[in-house]
Amino acid sequence: MNKPFDFPQLFQLISSHFKEIIREPAVIFWGIVFPILMALGLGVAFTRQADIVRHVAVIDDPPAQLEQSTNKSPIQAILETNGQRMDPNGDAPPRYQITWTDEKLGTTIFIFEKTSWKNALVLLKRGNLSIIMADADGQIHYHFDPMNTDAHFSYLKLSKIFGGEITPRMEHPESVQPMTVPGTRYIDFLVPGLMSMGVMMSCMWGLSYGMIDKRSKKLLRRMVATPMRKSYFLISLMTVRIMMNLIESSLLFLFTWLAFDITIQGSIPGLLAVFLAGNISFGGIAIFISCRTANTEIGNGLVNAVVMPMMVLSGIFFSYHNFPDWSVPIIQKLPLTLLADGLRGIFIEGAAFSEVMLPTVILLAIGGFFFVAGMKFFRWH
Amino acid sequence: MNIMQSIKSDPVIDVRGVHKSFNTVQAVRGVDFQIFRGQSVALLGPNGAGKTTLMEMIEGIQKPDAGDIFIMGRKWKGNERELHRIIGLSLQETRFIDRLTVAETLTLFASFYGLVRERVDEIIPIIGLSEKSRAYVVNLSGGQRQRLALGIALLNRPAVLLLDEPTTGLDPNARREIWAILRQLKNDDQTSLILTTHYMEEAEQLCDRIVIIDYGRILKQGTLSELLETDTSEKLIEFTIDAPAADPKDNAPAFDIRWNPGRTKGTITLARLETDLPEFLNFLNQNGLHLTHLECRRKTLDDLFTSMTGRRLNE
Repeated sequence: MNKPFDFPQLFQLISSHFKEIIREPAVIFWGIVFPILMALGLGVAFTRQADIVRHVAVIDDPPAQLEQSTNKSPIQAILETNGQRMDPNGDAPPRYQITWTDEKLGTTIFIFEKTSWKNALVLLKRGNLSIIMADADGQIHYHFDPMNTDAHFSYLKLSKIFGGEITPRMEHPESVQPMTVPGTRYIDFLVPGLMSMGVMMSCMWGLSYGMIDKRSKKLLRRMVATPMRKSYFLISLMTVRIMMNLIESSLLFLFTWLAFDITIQGSIPGLLAVFLAGNISFGGIAIFISCRTANTEIGNGLVNAVVMPMMVLSGIFFSYHNFPDWSVPIIQKLPLTLLADGLRGIFIEGAAFSEVMLPTVILLAIGGFFFVAGMKFFRWH
Repeated sequence: MNIMQSIKSDPVIDVRGVHKSFNTVQAVRGVDFQIFRGQSVALLGPNGAGKTTLMEMIEGIQKPDAGDIFIMGRKWKGNERELHRIIGLSLQETRFIDRLTVAETLTLFASFYGLVRERVDEIIPIIGLSEKSRAYVVNLSGGQRQRLALGIALLNRPAVLLLDEPTTGLDPNARREIWAILRQLKNDDQTSLILTTHYMEEAEQLCDRIVIIDYGRILKQGTLSELLETDTSEKLIEFTIDAPAADPKDNAPAFDIRWNPGRTKGTITLARLETDLPEFLNFLNQNGLHLTHLECRRKTLDDLFTSMTGRRLNE
């Protein structure tokens, strides 16, 4: 006689979904190895001090004028005095290099290339350089886009080198103290962001795309033609996804702890609560967007429509405070921002459990709302 | 009353005046039939005849626009869990989880019915996948996947087995393997089987009754001999001639010849081969028609379908 519950449905469903994921080598790479590589790449790029190299165009238009002039141009004079002439390639105009050495902020190398206005503009448009220098009436003129912060950076250093008048002057002696203690570095900002992005991507692609794929293969239809409990099916998918996200995030943390000494300064229960709420939030959204379609291309578009705006706006790689002030309160209410801010609060600001209660509750509410709405319109066939 | 205790003489499946449309297309237009315990019935028809829609309504996947469907005396509404327990089905095309093995896939589905592992171990040899039980589904051939689908359908020892085109797209060997499993199943008179197909051989070999469907309507139903009007001595002659035959007005045929559009190929039915065949050859000779090919065979369901619709089953 058959014994009921000898193969509990939920256990079998969880086991099957888990095997489905871990047996796909690409899933292990993209889910675990790739975020670690990204953290490594960005962490090294932004944490270790490297030489900064900037190219500068010096207008030499027309070259004959300079040679005929009895007074040497101020730019040429400083380049010859302080710069090091680089070997020109063939008939190319001479290039100079000036190295600005700073023990605390690192070395900046400026490479000056004499060229025509026309060519300088082409190089600027291509992004090869961000600043153009020219002589006129014995004065140095700097040409750059005032919206470009990198150009600002170059201008301030160049103006010091060339003794420009706009150099900021401090009335008191100044001192630079680099912030390298854990919690204040870029990698400390980045890791909670990468974890949040991992949760979003994993839920949206893993759950949504997986569900649409199962619908298009008619597997959902076949499964609901049995006494399987539909709720068990969805619970098992969510459970496996949360387990995978926990493993992925733990490995990312472990790696960055070993490589960059990342620490969790706030409440661990709070961290788990925000993390779980983030998973539930994106799980609910994933079920909602995949509740109808059986077309994987439409699914692709739907997932991108949710993921892309948050990837850009939610401050995963760089702070969203660079966006216009009016948009910041809106951005702060996006699920990815709530999750990333919540995790950052605990990781780097030492937030207590009570301080992450509000984002946790909002994330849970978002997840619950979309889950219920998704189930209302869900198409199994 | 328990669903399995319904009276033996009651139909297991009772389809009454069922209609179903999709936008402007009328897929099923007033279908009635009954299936009794242990019967095997084929829904035979060409592609687009409405077989799958009818099957999906019986499976509870689609709802009829009009009419009723009773399974063991129960409608789908309100009895879903109970009916799912007694039905086994195989959809026209299902792809299971790629990276689960055959045994794991069967175990997963067995868990939905609360079945023990022994049932999975019983099913694997029945569907001939003992050597593949540890193979991932993604690595199975089309025929092996279809046998797995059939194995899943048989897990719960279903009272009603619904198979939607179980051998479509399979090579002849794979098809015969599926037929062998189903023939074995026919010995168990507890399971009622409905299968849809556009292969007449499948319907002939596996089913007691055949329901011929076209454009959403039943054209004819009965046993094979009832449909072919029982006269086993009746033979069908297919022939080819070397040049198009002249208009029938000029040389009225003594036989009811069904010509192809080019009038180079024809088909006739002969009641008594010994007397009718010489007469037919004589007719060709008198009309100056020279045979290049002649084949004599028994009448088939395809011939019946062609005589009713002017089209062939596989068109």
